[in-house]
This record gives sequence, structure tokens and C-alpha cells, in this order.
Amino acid sequence: MEEKIAVVGAGSTKFRPDTSEQNWKELMFEGASKAYTDAGLNPRKDIDSFVTCAEDYWEGFSIYDEFVPDQLGAAMRPTCTVCGDGLHGLAIACMQIMSGMVDVVAVEAHSKISDLNTYNDVVLFAFDPIYNRPLAGHPYYVAGMEMNAFLNGSGNTEEQCAGVVSKNMTNALKNPLAAYGKRVGVGDVMGSEPMFSPAKKLDIAELVDGSVVLVLARAEKAKDIADNPIWITGFGWNSGTPWLEGRTWGRASYAEEAAKMAYKMAGIAEPRSEIGFAEVDDKFSYKELMHLEAVGLAGRGQAGNDLENGRFHADGDLPINASGGSLGCGNLIEASGLHRALEVVLQLRGQAEGRQLNDVERGLAQSWRGVPTASGAAAIFER
Amino acid sequence: MTKPENPRGVELSSKQMKEGDVIVNKWDPRVKYAWATGEAISRFLEEMKNGKLIARKCDSCDRILFPPRMFCEECFKPTTEWVYIKDTGKIETYSISYLDKDARRITDPIFVGVVSIDGASEKMGIMHYFDETTKEDIHIGMPVKAVWKPPEEREGAITDIKYFRPLKEGEE
Amino acid sequence: MTIFRRRLQETGKEMSYEASKMALEEAGLELKDVDSVVLGSAPDAFDGIHLKGENLLDGAGGAGKPYLRVFVGGGTAVFSPIAGWWHVASGLADVCLVVAEEKMSSCFPHPQSAFGHIWDPILDRPLKPNLVWIFAMEMNRYMTVHGIKKEDIARVAVKNKRNALDHPCAQLAADLTIEDVLNSEVLAWPVQMLDISPPSDGASAMILASEEVAKKLTDDLVYLSGAGWCIDSTMWTDRDLYFPEYVARAAKMAYKMAKIENPPKEIDVAEPYDPFDYKELHHMEGLLLCDKGEAPILTREGVTERDGDLPVCPSGGLLGVGNPIAATMGIKACEIYWQLAGKAGKRQVPNDPQVGICQAWGDLMQYGSVLIMRRG
Repeated sequence: MEEKIAVVGAGSTKFRPDTSEQNWKELMFEGASKAYTDAGLNPRKDIDSFVTCAEDYWEGFSIYDEFVPDQLGAAMRPTCTVCGDGLHGLAIACMQIMSGMVDVVAVEAHSKISDLNTYNDVVLFAFDPIYNRPLAGHPYYVAGMEMNAFLNGSGNTEEQCAGVVSKNMTNALKNPLAAYGKRVGVGDVMGSEPMFSPAKKLDIAELVDGSVVLVLARAEKAKDIADNPIWITGFGWNSGTPWLEGRTWGRASYAEEAAKMAYKMAGIAEPRSEIGFAEVDDKFSYKELMHLEAVGLAGRGQAGNDLENGRFHADGDLPINASGGSLGCGNLIEASGLHRALEVVLQLRGQAEGRQLNDVERGLAQSWRGVPTASGAAAIFER
Repeated sequence: MTKPENPRGVELSSKQMKEGDVIVNKWDPRVKYAWATGEAISRFLEEMKNGKLIARKCDSCDRILFPPRMFCEECFKPTTEWVYIKDTGKIETYSISYLDKDARRITDPIFVGVVSIDGASEKMGIMHYFDETTKEDIHIGMPVKAVWKPPEEREGAITDIKYFRPLKEGEE
Repeated sequence: MTIFRRRLQETGKEMSYEASKMALEEAGLELKDVDSVVLGSAPDAFDGIHLKGENLLDGAGGAGKPYLRVFVGGGTAVFSPIAGWWHVASGLADVCLVVAEEKMSSCFPHPQSAFGHIWDPILDRPLKPNLVWIFAMEMNRYMTVHGIKKEDIARVAVKNKRNALDHPCAQLAADLTIEDVLNSEVLAWPVQMLDISPPSDGASAMILASEEVAKKLTDDLVYLSGAGWCIDSTMWTDRDLYFPEYVARAAKMAYKMAKIENPPKEIDVAEPYDPFDYKELHHMEGLLLCDKGEAPILTREGVTERDGDLPVCPSGGLLGVGNPIAATMGIKACEIYWQLAGKAGKRQVPNDPQVGICQAWGDLMQYGSVLIMRRG
């Protein structure tokens, strides 16, 4: 990447299943205030552009963009909504800087999913209206189908997926932001209620509310703003086909392509040896294994074995989701990817408290937009 | 060559839809929300029940913000103080609507507009209905006063005010 | 762009495909030449699909590519090409396909119902508002502050609907008189039926390329030279609606980038957002193309006619061609491109225009997006 861009501010609310004492504006204000304080910037003067990541039906509005600016300090400023995950927002922010139009950008993503009383119906509403939606049912059956295809195709096992849950929920015990930190074993997961077989209750990340904000700046500015800028050295995003019928089930092409784009930008040829740790999407347990194989951090069919060998644990060679991931912290909907990025930034800064990894120089954050999409993004961060 | 050249697309008339010439695929989405109102608006709604309008003050810019909010969007700082304001104000703009919310025609028009509220900073107000006036009399700049529902009918909603009516001479 | 109509047979995917295909054909490119795709589309409630960007992505040519959807209400129409510009200007893409789609007719029985959800759920929605109200309230304020007569506003509808007679996609082209507009049904005073653009289905697409690639494709280069975007506070009942300050901020940002110091002199053709007739005037003022309150006078004097000193909405605008929200990119950004490239045929403004501006507006009287182009 020719233009150097740094994360100069990072902030987040805690992640909680219910935030009924705050409205969405107050929740976002809290996340933004923390990030701006962290950066030492006044958004009314020092930030050139604001990006939020949101979708109308998550929020309950026809044009959610209207309800964004005030709480971000963005009123009467260049501001936009990206209908994507937080890492898509990060990509837009980086492109704004690289195009020379702005110097400092704030990226916000959030979940206020507790305001939505009919989550399943809204997810179903994202299905193709003619071919898929009339089949109704709980929309997560698509994840069950994918998990089945992935396990059959790759040779990974249900027990290994349960191992992901155990690792991530345990990791979350050390994350003060996390909502679902808990000591669970493989047996607990295997014994949990069958939901979308082979997916069981504990294989599925529970929903939470929260707001995450990162402030990015071009190199010349970044050095003035931050003592410990964390550099974004590559990013990418990609979408596979929206047709459920047309997918190569069990393969996350969006993650492969997004990572390839990010690696190319960052000049990474051998991700397995060049990346020290990663935060990957784990809205369902199998997704962590699937994504690790897709982004080249594990060989095809090997992710489960690597996990069992301890490679992905906090004290392993390649710690994965030391934050606790979505399984341990909660599914933050479109903010999930930005939370992955936040954790990478905190680790690289040495601010990850009880879950701090040793000697980390470079980390990957990867996201997926959830059922029924085949869209995701990735970004590389370095000290 | 004029662009766009030979634009594509096939028009479908509502007649074709109604008479079943085309297959129509319908879906009634089940989408329900219960928005947390938050600190500022919760108090605002509670005070509406009491028949009062309340605002928040920003210490930094000295504005009295209405509708109230916990942070000032100009200063990006938390607001500091609750301030009761009046239930009188001025019509900033208005419309006389012959459409309901789904664009259906109505014969008894709705008088609606923005009222800036006395006691709040300049231009700060809410959208609401007007009544006890006529198409001829209503005008921008007209002083108005809230007409509240009886206390037992109030539920903590913007509709606890039924409408705003012209302020009478000598009235506050 | 596709034709704009109250209802098209094509699905959103199909419309996106048709528009993308036409843009690729005009550029002499194939989808494999496209590095990334931007989709602009307004509320999901129109198409009746949650995450509609995901559903539309194969129609828009985005499958297997970096693909993003941006959404800033009605401002999306001009914001989408700005987002496409970032893809190219950042060096990430040599060719970016920008697709704008709107399928309003899927919202049944009337797209108005979707607009019911653009309001604040606590402060506004219990009053059962209609979208036309915001325009009526803004128009009334604008008229009252400047003492503007309705007939001077009606001229805009007459001009744009007449201009649209020359647009092959037009939905509501007509040769009308000011009296026709003034005698049309009152919907929400001061807004009457012929003051309004219609809900439409439609899609449009444009292709942005790096200079190096573009030079291989055409000799008539049109450059993007300035972009601006700005959002005002959500609290729309706290501001004076007579002037769109947010549009002025966006315009200043774009002028600065394009190094334009005297907009009325330097801009040769303009496509401000005209979902209602008064909005064209409001936005001319917001774009600093004239003084506050002066736009109706310029219109009366014929300055904004296609052969006037400052042609405004030569496409026929939303009033004449139709208003498929985001897809109006086709009569804003695409039109300015066609005008500067000399490809606008019967709509072509005379005198060899060199610099053009387009603008879109959206959200709760809150969003301005501005794009300036110049001939190479």
C-alpha cells in the first residue's frame, strides 16, 4: 500500500444483550466519545469525514442515515452510511484517505439489535423473495446446511467446532467488553440443544448491542496525533454469489478473495508464517474453521486438527479470537468486523489487559456479514 | 448518437397486475421494533404526561436544546441541565395536507407544521398539528399554544398534546 | 439507464443488469474488465428485501468482486459515483462500475408507506406523517421568507417536464402551462400534483476509469474534478428550512477540490436534484449558482432553459424523467457526463459546455452530495 494509513483512535462500549436504558444515539455517542478521547481529537474540528455501517431493517428505519450524524460529532460534516460490515466501512474510509480527499476519518459500526423484536423474520426477509423466502422456517437453517457441507467436504468434525466454542467463550472471560465469557467444554457444546443440525445451541453466537469506533489518519497526520499508531497495511473485501442455489457450499470464496486482496496490498506471500495472530468471524463455530482455511491460516481440512493441537489457543503459535470472538463477546451484527479490528489494534498496542498476547507485530481481522450473505472483508494491521 | 440509446425495460400497468395477467408474489414482513427511548427522550415523554415540555441545556454553547438530548451535537459534549420550557411557541412553517400517511386522499385536511417553542433556543421545536384556526388565518410566525389531552388520557407520547392552537390575546 | 416507469416488469436484479450492460457496451468493456462495483440504492423497504444490496449484487455485476453498497437517502444518486471515484482515485481499481437501482413498485400498495418509516419513531411517527409534508413545510418556508409566488415555482415543473420530451427514458414528459400546474390537485398545500416527481422503477449505471485506462477507450475524456458531501443534524425541527446549508457545505467542498472560485461563471450546465419543482430553485441557491431567493428570478428570465446562460436540468430532471430515488444518477451524474461528452443529442445544451455540476439531496432535509465534472 503506497499511502500509509494508521489507526489513531479506538473506542467501544461494552457488549451487552440489552441496553434498554440507552437509545441508539446514546450508545453510539458512548462508543464515539471513547474513540475520540483515545485519539485526543475533537470531532467538531479535527475529523474530516465520518462513516457508519448500518442497514435499515436492523435499525427499524427506512433511511437510517438520517439518524447518524449528531451522536458521532458529524452534524454538518461529510458523513455517509455504508450498507456493510464495519470492515467494509474501514475500506471506504481508507479509500477516502488514499484518494486524497480527506486526512482523518472516523468509522463507526454498531448493533442495537435489542430494539428489534423479530430478528428471525428480518433475517428471513433478506432471502430471495421468489425462490427462498416462501420456504420460510428459521433462516439459520442455511448455516446448518453450510456447516454440514463444510464438515463433510473438509473432514473437520463437530467436536472440533465445539472446541472453537470452548476456546472462544473461555477467552472471553478475560475480555471486560465481552457478554458471554464462560468456561465451557467440548462436551457441554456437544450436549447442547440441537438447533440446525449439525449446529447446536452453543455453536451459535448470541446477539448483543454495542458500538465500536476507529479513527484513521494518513501518515503525516497520524504521527502528530498518536504515540503508538497502528498501521493498516492491507485491506480487501469481496462478495460471492447471492444465490443459495449457486454457491460452492462449504467454501468461503468471499473470505479467500478478500484476504488475497489484503495480503497483496500488504505484501504478504505466506500468511501462515507472516501473520502472528488473527480475529476471524465466528458467528457460528464452524465459520471460524472455515474462515481460517479460506484466508490461508490453516491448510484445507486442517483447521480442526490445528485447533485440537492448541495452535489457535491464546498460548498457541497462532492465537485466534483471543478477544473471545462473536461466540464469547456476542454477535454484533454489522459491528462484528470492526470489533475484530478493534481487538487486533488493542493487541498490537499492548492494551489487551489480561488477554494480551506476547510479541505481536502483525494481525489479521476478517469479517462475514452473516446469513444469508456471501460477503465479507479483511484487513491487516501492523505495529 | 444520443445517449442513453435504446433504453431497456418493459412497462407493466396496474391493470395487468389487477387483472391477473402477471403472477404476483406477495410477502407481508413481520418486522416489530421496541426502540429504547434513551435517557433524554424518556424524561421528555414522562414530562409530556405531566403536561410539561422539558429541554436540556448545553453549558458549552449555552443553547437550550429541544427536543432534549444528552449530548450537544454542536459541541460534542454531554448536556448538563434539565430546563422546563413553555408550551407556547411560534409557527415556523406549516402545510395543509389532503393526504394521509399512505398517500390516500382525505377530505378533512390536516394542518401540520413546525412550532418553535418559547424558552428553547431560537428555531428549536417540534412537528405537530394545528387546529382552532382556518386556511385563511394560519400563517408563518403565528403565536400558538399547546392543547393537551386530559391528564388521565396521556400516555407519555408526542400525541399527549392534541394540537397547537392560536395564542389568545394577553395569554401566556 | 433503463426506462423509468411507475412499474417495470424487470426485478431489481434484472434492472441492475440491464443498466450495467448498457454502460459496459457504451464504454466498450466487459464485466471481466471491471475491478470493483459500487451499488447505490435507497430504502430496502421499496424492494421489499432486507440487505437488498446483497440480493442485487449479481445483477449489478458484483459477484466475485469487491462490491459495496452506499446509502445516503436521496443523496445516493450522486453519492454513488463519488464512492466509485474513491475506488479509482485510491489506486485500488482501474475500472469501477457504479450501479444505481430502485424498485419502488414492489412496495405495495404504494411506496409512500415505506416513507412512513423515515421519521423519528418517537417524535414524528405517532403524528402519522406523509413524506409530502416535509416538502410542503420546506416549500412554504422558502416561499414565505423570500416572498416567492407559486407561479414562479411552477415554471420549473413546466421547463423540466418539457425538457423530458427529449429523454428516451422519460415517465412524465409533457408540454404543460403554468396554469396546468397551478390548477392541479392540491395534495399538501402548497404542494400540488404537478409540483411533484413520480415514484418510479429504474436503474442506471456509469463506469469510472483511471486516466490511463480511459485514454485507451475514448478520445473524449470527461474528468471528475470535485466532490462534496455533507449531512446536517438529525434534528430537522431545529433549523430554518428556507436554505439548504448542508448543500452549500458540500458544494464548497467540491468547488475547492475543482478549483472553482466563481460558480455562476464557471459552471456551464447544472443538474440539481428536483424531486419537487421548488427543490431545483432551493438547490441552485444551495449550490451557490445564484444568491438566496434569486433562483426563481433566473428561471423567470429563461436563464435556466436548455439554451439559457445556465442550463439547469436539461435532462428533464426527476420531475419529467421520473424519480427512482438512487437511480436518478442516470439523469444527474450520467446526464452531466453525456452533456460534457457531447452525447446528449436533442438534450444537448449549446455552446460546448466544459464544466458541469450535479447534486442530489436526501434524508430528513439533511443531505447534500455534489459532483463536478470537466471536459479533458
